[in-house]
Amino acid sequence: MTTPRALVLRAAGTNCEAETARALRLGGAEVEVLHHNRLVAEPQRLDELEIVVFAGGFSYGDDVGAGRVWGLDLRHRLAAALRAYVDRGGLALGVCNGFQVLVDSGLFGSVDAQGRRDIALTNNASNHYECRWVELEAQPCACPWIVAGERMPVPVAHAEGRFVVKDAATLARLKANGQIALVYVDPAGGEPAYPADPNGSVAHIAGLCDPTGRVLGLMPHPERNLDPWNHPRWTRLGARTEGEGLAFYRRMVATAAGSLVP
Amino acid sequence: MGSSAATSSATAAATLPDAWRVELFRKSAADDPDGAHLPAAARELGITGLERARLGRGFLLPPALSAEDVARITRELLADPVLDDVRTTPPEQEPHVGAGARVLVARKPGVMDPVALTIERALRKAELVPAGVDVFVSTFHAWELEGALGGAELAELASRVLANDTIESVTLGGEGLHYGRPAPAKLHGRVEVPLLAADDATLLDISQRGALSLNLVEMKAIQAHYAAQGREPSACELETLAQTWSEHCKHKTFAGIVDMDGRRIDNLLKSTIKRATDELDRDWCVSVFHDNAGIIRFDGDWDVCFKVETHNHPSAIDPYGGAGTGIGGVIRDILGVGLGAKPIANTDAFFVGPSDLASEALPKGCMHPRRILRGVVAGVRDYGNRMGIPTVSGGVWFEEGYVANPLVYAGTVGLMPRWAAHKEVHPGDAILVVGGRTGRDGIHGATFSSAELHEESEMVSSAAVQIGDPITEKRVLDGLLRARDLRLYRAVTDCGAGGLSSAVGEMGETCGAEVDLELVPLKYPGLTPEEIWISEAQERMVLAVPPEHLEACMAVFAAEEVEATCIGRFTDSGRLVLRYAGEVVGDMEMAFLHDGTPRPVRRASWTAPDLADPGAPRCDDVARTVLALVGTPNVASKEWIVRQYDHEVQGMSVLKANVGVKSDAPGDGAVLRPLEDSLKGVAITCGANPRYGLLHPGRMALAVIDEALRNAVAVGGDPDHTAILDNFSWGNCDKPDRLGALVLAAEACRDAALAYGTPFISGKDSLNNEYRVGDRSIAIPPTLLISALSIVPDVRRAVSMDAKRAGDLVYVVGLTRAELGGSEHHRVRGLAGGVVPAPDLAAAPALLRALHRAIAGGYVQACHDLSEGGLAVAAAEMAFAGGLGLDVDLARVPATPFPSGYDADTTALFSESCTRFLVEVAPEHQAEFEARLDGLPLGLVGRVRADKVLELRGAGGDVLARLDLGDLRAAHLSSFQG
Repeated sequence: MTTPRALVLRAAGTNCEAETARALRLGGAEVEVLHHNRLVAEPQRLDELEIVVFAGGFSYGDDVGAGRVWGLDLRHRLAAALRAYVDRGGLALGVCNGFQVLVDSGLFGSVDAQGRRDIALTNNASNHYECRWVELEAQPCACPWIVAGERMPVPVAHAEGRFVVKDAATLARLKANGQIALVYVDPAGGEPAYPADPNGSVAHIAGLCDPTGRVLGLMPHPERNLDPWNHPRWTRLGARTEGEGLAFYRRMVATAAGSLVP
Repeated sequence: MGSSAATSSATAAATLPDAWRVELFRKSAADDPDGAHLPAAARELGITGLERARLGRGFLLPPALSAEDVARITRELLADPVLDDVRTTPPEQEPHVGAGARVLVARKPGVMDPVALTIERALRKAELVPAGVDVFVSTFHAWELEGALGGAELAELASRVLANDTIESVTLGGEGLHYGRPAPAKLHGRVEVPLLAADDATLLDISQRGALSLNLVEMKAIQAHYAAQGREPSACELETLAQTWSEHCKHKTFAGIVDMDGRRIDNLLKSTIKRATDELDRDWCVSVFHDNAGIIRFDGDWDVCFKVETHNHPSAIDPYGGAGTGIGGVIRDILGVGLGAKPIANTDAFFVGPSDLASEALPKGCMHPRRILRGVVAGVRDYGNRMGIPTVSGGVWFEEGYVANPLVYAGTVGLMPRWAAHKEVHPGDAILVVGGRTGRDGIHGATFSSAELHEESEMVSSAAVQIGDPITEKRVLDGLLRARDLRLYRAVTDCGAGGLSSAVGEMGETCGAEVDLELVPLKYPGLTPEEIWISEAQERMVLAVPPEHLEACMAVFAAEEVEATCIGRFTDSGRLVLRYAGEVVGDMEMAFLHDGTPRPVRRASWTAPDLADPGAPRCDDVARTVLALVGTPNVASKEWIVRQYDHEVQGMSVLKANVGVKSDAPGDGAVLRPLEDSLKGVAITCGANPRYGLLHPGRMALAVIDEALRNAVAVGGDPDHTAILDNFSWGNCDKPDRLGALVLAAEACRDAALAYGTPFISGKDSLNNEYRVGDRSIAIPPTLLISALSIVPDVRRAVSMDAKRAGDLVYVVGLTRAELGGSEHHRVRGLAGGVVPAPDLAAAPALLRALHRAIAGGYVQACHDLSEGGLAVAAAEMAFAGGLGLDVDLARVPATPFPSGYDADTTALFSESCTRFLVEVAPEHQAEFEARLDGLPLGLVGRVRADKVLELRGAGGDVLARLDLGDLRAAHLSSFQG
C-alpha cells in the first residue's frame, strides 16, 4: 500500500487547515496545505493527488452567505478540473465551511444544467453560532469509508449549518442515491431535538456524499477530536489512546490507498 | 435616538439611489430566523403589536451595469436559489415592497462595510462586472414589519433593536438610501496652528476644538518647545503630539508623580508592578512590559505571550463594533510582539450594569445593559470566530456602577518560536504598511478613550467608532507569519490607537523616520494629511523591511491577497519627517515627541467607606439562600455566551470553559495543548471583583490575584511557572480619591507578586471611566482584572471541577475567616460593609504549591476554587456538574475563630476567604494526598454521594439543607440568559 497524497486547500478566511493537515498525517497520508489561488494557477497538481480537503473556517468572511464567495470562485475557475479529479477516483472532503463551499460548487450533483441548486446550508434554527459537542451516526450510504451504524462524538461550530432541500423530491432523491452519510442523533435515544441536532437540519442531516460516494461534506469537525483529552468529558472517562475523530480520517486515507475499495 | 430616526425619514423620503437595488427576502419564514426572532425582541421593549417581521438583505450595485449583469451577479453570488426571493429595482426607480411597514437600515457614508468590500473583491475576481465600471457596492437591511405598530413604537424599535444611530442611518416607511463614497475633505497641504501667541484660554480652546485631549500644562510645554524653534507647529505635528502624549498611549498617570497623603511616589508603575517583576527576576521571563505583550518560556524552542486590552469607550457607544475591534486590536498586539506570534486563544471579560435594570433607571444617552452585553458578545463572537482563534476563557460581572460605563476587556495568547521574541529597526529599512486601507474611521480614538463620556458622547465621538473587518485581519495574520518564518522583516508593530502616527513613531523612536503620506492606500479619496496620519482604521500593521527583502516580503502578502505598500523609510536623523506630495507637513524631534511630556504631581488620598460591619446573621433558610446565590447574575450560568464562541478551533482543547456531565458547569479555567509533540499545556484564568474594590481597593487587588492563581492551580497549572497581567479600569485620577485607590491597588499588586513569586509581564490601564450628567460625575467601581497564564506540566493531569465518583472523599483546603465584605451573600441578603477577603500572603503561596504537587501527582479527582458565594456555591456547582450529591459537614471546615456577630454556619458556608478549594480525592489516594498537604489547613468534610442530593450539615450536627441537583441546575439558569 502506497502512501496517499493529500492536499488541504485554504483560502482567505479558512482557519482549520493546520488541524486538518495533522489529522490526515496521523491518518497516514502525505499532506500539503495549499492556497486555492495556487491550485487555480496549477490545476495539474490534482493529477498527483488522492485526497483533496476543503478546510473549515470563514472563507471570505462568509460575508454574503456561508461559502458563497469561495464557491463562486470554484465554479468559475476550478470546477472542470475538480470534476475530472473526482471522476478518475479522487476523494474530496469538505468540513464545515468546506462543506458549505462544496454545496455551492455543484460537486454533490445538486446543481442542474441551468445552474439551479436544490440543496443549501443556511442559518441555524437558533439564529446564532453554536459551538458544542454532538453525536453523529453513520448511515448506509455510497461513501465507501463510512461504516453504517457507527457513532462518533464530535464538536460543531457554525452559524449556518442547517441543511435544507428545495422540496420533498430532492430529499427522496438524496435518500435513494445513498447520499445521506451522517446524521445527528440523541445519545439518550429518540428524535434528536435541539441541542442534539444543533441547527434543525432536515432529516437531521450532518453529512452528505455525492452519488459516487467519493465527495463527502459534513458540518462537524472530526479533526478537533484527535487527542484523548479533546472530548468534553474525558476527565470522567477511562484511559483513552486517541479521539474518535482520528479513525474518521484514518479510514479516508486507507480508502484512498486502495485497501478499503470494494 | 428616536427623534433623529424620524428626522432622517422626513428629509430623505424623496431620494432614490442612483444604483441598481437588489433585495433578498427568504421564501419561507422558517429560513428567516432574524425575522422570526424580532417579535420577541420587541415584546421585551413592551412593544406588543408586532405580529410578523421579515428581514430583507439589500445591495446597491453600480448604475452602469446592465439588467443582465445584475441578474447574473444576483444568481451567482448574492441570492441563494433554494432560499431567496429576489426583488430587483433599476436605478432611481421606486422599489417593489411587501406587506407592512418598511424600515431601511444602512451604514452611514464612510463607515466600514466588510460585506460590501467582500462583494466588490469577488465581483472583480470573477469578472462579473464589465471593464470600466467603477465597482462600488453598498449593503443595507430592509425590514418589513406587520402588525399594529404606532409611529413612536416603530421609531423605538428601529433605534433600540434594528439599528445603531451612531453608525447607521434609519428611514421609516420611506426611502433615503445613500449610494456613493463619502465627500472628500477640502484638500490642503501644510497647515500651521498659531500657538506661539496664544494665551491659556486660547491654548485650551485649541486643544478642545481639535479634540486633542491635551491639558494646559501640556499645551504650554508644546508652545515653549516651538517658541524655542521660532516657528508654529504644523497640524500634523500637533496631532502627532496629542496622540503620543495621550493617556491611552503614554500612561501619564501610572508613570507620573503621585503625592499620596504627603508620601511622594515617582512613577507608580515602576515602583510597584514593574519593580516586583524586576526583583523576582524569573529566568523564564523573556520579554516584559516593553513590547506589545509579555513573553514567557513555554517548552523547547517555543515561547508563549499574552496581552489583555480594554476597549471601554468605543463599546459604550457601539457595543458590537467596539468589542469586535477590541478583540481585533489585541490580536494585532500578539501579531506585533517581537517578530509576531500565532494567536492561539482569546479571552474576554465584561463588566456591565444589572441585567434587570428598570428602563426608567437608565440614564439619558445610555444603552440598556442587556443590549450592551448582547452586543459585545456578538462583537467578540463575530470577530474571534472569523479569525480562527478559540475564545476559551472569561467572565461577566454585573454591577450598578457600570450602567453608563461598561467595561470590555479582550485578551489574546500567542505562541512563537524563541528566535522571534525580539525586534530591531535599522536606518534604511523600508516602512511597509500591510492590511486594510485607511479611511476616516476612528479619528481621535486615542484621545477620545482618554476623555470622560457625557450625555452627547454618541454625537461628538461617532468618528471615533471603528468597525472591524476580521477577514482582512485573518489575511494579514496568514501573510505575516509566513513572512516572519522566511525572516523577511526586522520589526513589526500594530496600528492601534493613534494609527500610523503611533506605530511609525514608536518603531522609529531611537533612529528616525520619514513618510510620504500620499502613498498610504485610502478607502476613498480626499483625506487630509493629518487624517491619514492619525486614522485608526483597523487591520493594519507596520513592518520594518530590509531593502533587499522588500520585493519578496510584498510578494508573500500579495499571495494572501493583502495590500502591502512602502510608505517611507527609517532613518538615522532622530527626526520624524512627514511629507505630503513632496511638501514637508511635519518635521519633529523624536526625543521631544517621546520624552517631552510634562510630569505633573497628582494628589492622592484614600479613606475607607464609613460602613459598620454587619457580621453574618444566622440564615433562617439555608436552602433558599444557596439557590438564590447559585442563580445570582454574577454566579449564574454564562453558557449562553460560551456556546457562541468557537472554543474548539485549532484542536488544542483540553479543558473547556464549561465542564461536567452536561458540559454546563463553570470550570475554573481553560487548558490548551499548543504543541502536538509536547504534553505541556497552558492554563488561562482570571480574577476580578468590583464589589471588593468599592470597599477596599488594596484588599481587592490581593484577592483577585489570589483568585486568578487559585483558578490556575485548580485546573493543573504550576504556580511557579505562572505569569499575570494587570488591567486597571478606573475613574478620573485627577481626583485624589480615585488616585488614592489606584495607589493602594498597585502597591497590593507588588506585594502579592513578590509573595507568590508571580511576575507581572504586561498590563494596561483605562482611566477616566466616568460619566457626567449635569454637575455630577459618576466613577466606575475600581476594577482590576488579573489574567493568568500558567504552564501545565502534563495535560493528562489537568483536573476538572465536576464530582466524579460516589464514595470519593471531599476536602476543604485552606482557612475560612469571617470575610464577607463585598460578598454575594451580602448582596443577596441586602447587607453592606464587612471585611473584604484578602489572602494571607505568608501562607497562601505554600498552599498553592502543595496543592499543585498533589494534582500533578495524580491524586486529585476534582478541584474547584471557592470564590463568589463561598463554600456553598462551590459545593453546589461541583455536585450538579458531576450529577452526584455531596455531604458537607461544616464542623470540619478549617477556620479561624469567628468574631461575635458572625454565625458559625453562615460564615463557613458563605465567607469568600481566599486561597481555598473544594477537592475530591479517591479513597485509595487519601494517604498520598494528605501527605502532600501536610501541615496546611485541610478538612475532610464529607463524601461524594450516589444520589442527587447536596446535604449541608451544621457545626451543631443538624442538617441545614438538602438540595436537589435538579433544583440547583435550574437555579443556575434562572437569571439573564441572553
